Parts: sequence; structure tokens; C-alpha cells
Amino acid sequence: MKTSIAVAVAVLAILGAGAAHAQGTLEAVQKKGFVQCGVNGGAVAGFSAPDSQGVWKGLDVDLCRAVAAAVFGDANKVRYTGLTAQQRFTALQSGEVDILSRNTTWTITRDTSLGLNFVGVNFYDGQGFMVPTKMRAKGGKPAAKADKKGAAKGAAQGGITSAKQLNGATVCVQPGTTTELNLSDYFRANGMTFKPVVIETLPEVLNAYFSGRCDVFTTDVSGLVSSRASRAPKPEEHIILPEVISKEPLGPAVRHGDDRWFDIVKWSLFATIEAEEMDLTSKNIDQKASSKDPSVQRFVGATGDIGKMLGVDNKWAYNIVKQVGNYGESFDAHLKPLGFTRGLNNLWTKGGLMYAPPIR
Amino acid sequence: MKRGWFYQAALLAAAGLVLWFFISNTQHNLETRKIASGFGFLWREAGFEIGETGAIAFGAADSYLRALGVGLWNTFRVAAVGVVLATILGTLVGLARLSPNWLLSRIAAGYVETIRNVPLLVQLFFWYAIISENLPDPAEALQPLAGVFLSNRGIAFPTPWSTPALSGFNFVGGAVLSPEFAALLVGLVMYTAAFIGEIVRAGILSVGRGQVDAAHSMGLTRRAALRFVVLPQALRLIVPPLTSQYLNLAKNSSLAVAIGYPDLVSIANTAMNQTGQAIEGVAIIMAVFLSISLSISAFMNWYNRRVALKGLRR
Repeated sequence: MKTSIAVAVAVLAILGAGAAHAQGTLEAVQKKGFVQCGVNGGAVAGFSAPDSQGVWKGLDVDLCRAVAAAVFGDANKVRYTGLTAQQRFTALQSGEVDILSRNTTWTITRDTSLGLNFVGVNFYDGQGFMVPTKMRAKGGKPAAKADKKGAAKGAAQGGITSAKQLNGATVCVQPGTTTELNLSDYFRANGMTFKPVVIETLPEVLNAYFSGRCDVFTTDVSGLVSSRASRAPKPEEHIILPEVISKEPLGPAVRHGDDRWFDIVKWSLFATIEAEEMDLTSKNIDQKASSKDPSVQRFVGATGDIGKMLGVDNKWAYNIVKQVGNYGESFDAHLKPLGFTRGLNNLWTKGGLMYAPPIR
Repeated sequence: MKRGWFYQAALLAAAGLVLWFFISNTQHNLETRKIASGFGFLWREAGFEIGETGAIAFGAADSYLRALGVGLWNTFRVAAVGVVLATILGTLVGLARLSPNWLLSRIAAGYVETIRNVPLLVQLFFWYAIISENLPDPAEALQPLAGVFLSNRGIAFPTPWSTPALSGFNFVGGAVLSPEFAALLVGLVMYTAAFIGEIVRAGILSVGRGQVDAAHSMGLTRRAALRFVVLPQALRLIVPPLTSQYLNLAKNSSLAVAIGYPDLVSIANTAMNQTGQAIEGVAIIMAVFLSISLSISAFMNWYNRRVALKGLRR
């Protein structure tokens, strides 16, 4: 119902919106004095979750902070809107948020038919499955005594080790996600059946899984790792199966048709990646800014007019790195403590996929 | 008279103009932002599975239209069963509150005051948590009756043509009432019954004391007096507000989305999100609930005319 109201409000906003979009997003943002950023309202630790002081922290949050640093020279000029998977696109379409930075998978359908543009990828992910370690592949006959003892004794032996053993399982999943579609694709492709339990909010769907309502919880591996570390009553009782069944390039998106704003958000993301490649960090950038390296000079805005071309201050990239940090710093601060490794999200020079076009 | 017509026409024109503005403005905005529109998506493959499909067979390869049909069926199922059970429970509660038995009437009063004053959404979460957290895994399912299995996957019970048996993760065969359906049904019935109880009580109390005394003095028992004298007169006051409660129950069933019961709203929400066509989705939800509500109203109005005092019809 909550969603329906939110969607209805957003629909009304689309119905009524007209004059509001005559001016570009950049002008509108500058006028109101802050960036309105749509993040995951389900509080996904590491990506977007409020800390104990109520300050939003995470990789997706840092993207919005980077944009604010580029536009205003102040990374704190961001306001956050927590969105569910179902609310997110309507919120962006209707102008409720300026940036959607909410672990959202970039697909062609979304890019072409939803009236939005993905600016890039800030996390390369894939969908996985989490199951309790105590779960066994073939429950077999109704609860024979020996069976039960065996289960209690050896959780490791006989436990589920592959997603291929999940035929007939009940699967908890959030609606309106690519996850939901990949899930049916995977089971169909492998000739297996399943029963979905579809619950909208992350806390509720996790409750259902942890209470045993479902045999399996599926979402992007990042979400599994994050939920297991931050929400499971006993993290060691859940394993993530080795199969990664999809490509999930997660990235921020902006409204279709505003190229200038699209450029700013896109290059804010690239600046954080480029900074890591150039070994510029929030700690050393002041010191390196005085170096003679021309690429560094261009990056910090000492020479050239790159900022002006974007429509922001020439020190935009310096402000991003100084106040938010480079991509690696964000990753280490938010995701490393939860047990994430860089993997695909390492720089291209270190075997990953993170690659920014040159800033020149 | 003429001036009256003029104002009517002006109002109609103004309403039409506002509507036209909304429609054209929406179309313009959708086009400039390249947001897909139209109902063509209904025939595309849905691509997602639905946990409970009821009487309609459904797979991921079926269309959005069929998925919405499953959702409609699920909404209809919980609303229809809910209305019947809420009426029965509500009537019992209403009668219990008027009972000369002190304890019984106090319990009924406590029930009404508690249930009526706690938000329905909270109650749904409560019932869902009770059901899914307290029942055992399928492997250790309770068997209250032979062939009936009670677990956190729901109640599996035998039908004339198949019996449930544990196979792998879950029970196969028989019929299953899911925890989501059970939680939603219990929540809706308990909540609505509290209101219906008060409506029944008010209806009965509206029948003059003299009528009851007269019935008793004619030698009718308490039960007979209730059935032949009080209830027929009370019904004409009970039916109109009862209609509102039926409408509320049908509409409140859309809270299903919070606890994972695949009702129409839940499935339309998913369709909206997969296709990005929120306006069409909201329009479908509105049209369906309007139809359901108008049908209930039409039926209850017909029934109301039957029980209304003859000759007082207006």
C-alpha cells in the first residue's frame, strides 16, 4: 500500500509536471542548493545505510556526494530519499530525485523504455543464492528419526553445495528486480521448479528467509554478503552458493534527455576511478596538486578548463577526491569491512573492470 | 432554471478542460522522455513466477495479462472468503457484547476495542510473524490430523484426488494454504469483524425495548424473539454500514503486498516495475478495485431494498 501511494504520488507528479522541467536539472539543483539522491531505503550495508548518527554511508551514497562536491564544492549538500525496488524508476522519472544511485542493474530495457540513462557502472555484480548450512539436498521421506540426527550432527556433510540442487525449493525474492526475472530464467533453463515468496522491503524479505519461511534467499551477491554480515542472527549458519547466474552491472542513472546533467554525473563517477588509477587520494591530493605532472595539473583544475566545459567549477575533480576520496578509498571504507574483495571491481590495471576514459 | 443549466454546463466544461490538460500533458511528457506507454505490454511474456496461482495455471512464459489475472483471482479469493468469515465472526461478537453473560460481553468488548484501535498493517505483520516464526520446517511438520501437515510452508491437506507428501524441500500433492494467505485472511477477518460486531450491536439496540418485551410476553424464547422480531428489524439498519465494511475489506486486501501475498496490487506493482509503465498499472488497479467495489455495492443495495421496511422506500 505504501508503494501504491508513493507510485500514485509520482504518477500525479508526472501528470502535473510540465514547467518544472523546462529548465535543466543542473540549474534546478543549483537553485535549490542540494542534490536529491535516491538510494536504497532498505539500508544495504556498504552501499547505502544510515550509521548510528543517522548519516548515510556507502558506495552508492559516495557517488551522490561526489556529484555534490563537483557541483557545489561541498560533498555534504545532498539529501537522500530511500526507495524500494518498485519505487525507484518512477521516483526518477517524476523528478522526485535527481540521481538514482541505488544498486540498480543496467539493462537495455531499462535504458531504452524507462526514460532514464545509466551513466556507468560503480559495482560489477552477479546474482547468487544463499541457503542455511543446515539445509540438505534431499529431505527424502517425512522426518525419519535417523535423518534428523544426521542433520544435527553433520551440517557440513550433505549440505547444499550447488544451486543445481535447489529443485522444488521455496525462494525469497524482492519484486520488481532483475533478480526476480533471472531466477525464473535460471530454474526454467535447468528444468527445475521453485515457489517464490515475493516481499517488497529488504528487512521483511530477510525476516521471512531467516525465520525459515524460505529455503533460499536470492539477490545480487553483494546484497547477500551485506545482508549476511549485517542482518543474519548467526552469519556462520548461511552459505552463499558458488553459482553466479547473471551479470549485474550496478550503476547510477539520471533522467533521459538532460545531457548536461548526464555528463556531470558520468564524469563524477569517472573522476573517482581515474583518481585511483592516478594514485590520488583524499590524503595526498593537496601534496600531489603541486606536482609538475600535467595530467595531475589538469585533474585538479590548475590548468585547462575541464570544469567549465562540464558547467561546474574547474576544481570539481579536486573537490571530489579531497572530500569523498577515490573509488578505492570508498570501496575500502564501506565494503572491505563486510568481507568484500575487489575482484571485478578492481582497476583494469589490476585485473578488474574499472576503467575510466581519459580526463583531458 | 436557465441559470442552473448554465452553471452545470460551465462546471462540466471546466472538468473536461482539466482532464484534457492532464491527458495531453502526460502524453507530451511521456513522449519527450521516451517512456513507453500503452497497454501493449499486457501481451508480452511476464518472465516472473507467482507463488500462489490458485485456479489459474501460470508459468514465467505466460503474459502479463495472465499474471494480472492470477493476481485478480488471488484478491477475489481472499476478499470473498474474508467477507463471509468476517460476517459470521462479527455477528457473533456483536451478539456476545449484548449477552447477559458478564464475562462473555466483556471479552467481546475487549476484542473490539483492541482490534479496532491497532492499525491493520501492524496486525498483518503480527499474524505473519506468528505463523512463519513459530511453525516448524517442513521436515518436522506437525500432523494435527492424518494427512494434514502444518509447517512454515503453510497447511498442506489432502484433496479427493491427491494427498500431500514431503518430497525434497516441500510438500507435493494435496492442496496448500500458504502462510501469506492465512495471515492476510486472519488479519482482515479479525479487523473487519470488530467493526461488524459494533454495527450488529447498534442494529439490535435500535429495535425498541417494547418490541422485545412484547415478544417475550407472547411467550417467545430469547432465541426466537431475536430471530423473528429483533433481527428482521435490525437488518435494515445493519445492511448499509455493513456494505461499507465489505468494501473496506476488499480494498484492505491490497495490504497483501507487505507480507508477500501475490494479490492484484502486488503483481501490478511488479509488472509496473518490470515494464516501467506506472500510469497503465495504476489505471488497471483503479479500474479493478472500482469494479469490485461497485459490484459489492450493487449487490448490497439490492439486498438492502429487500430488507428495508416496505412502504418506506424512497
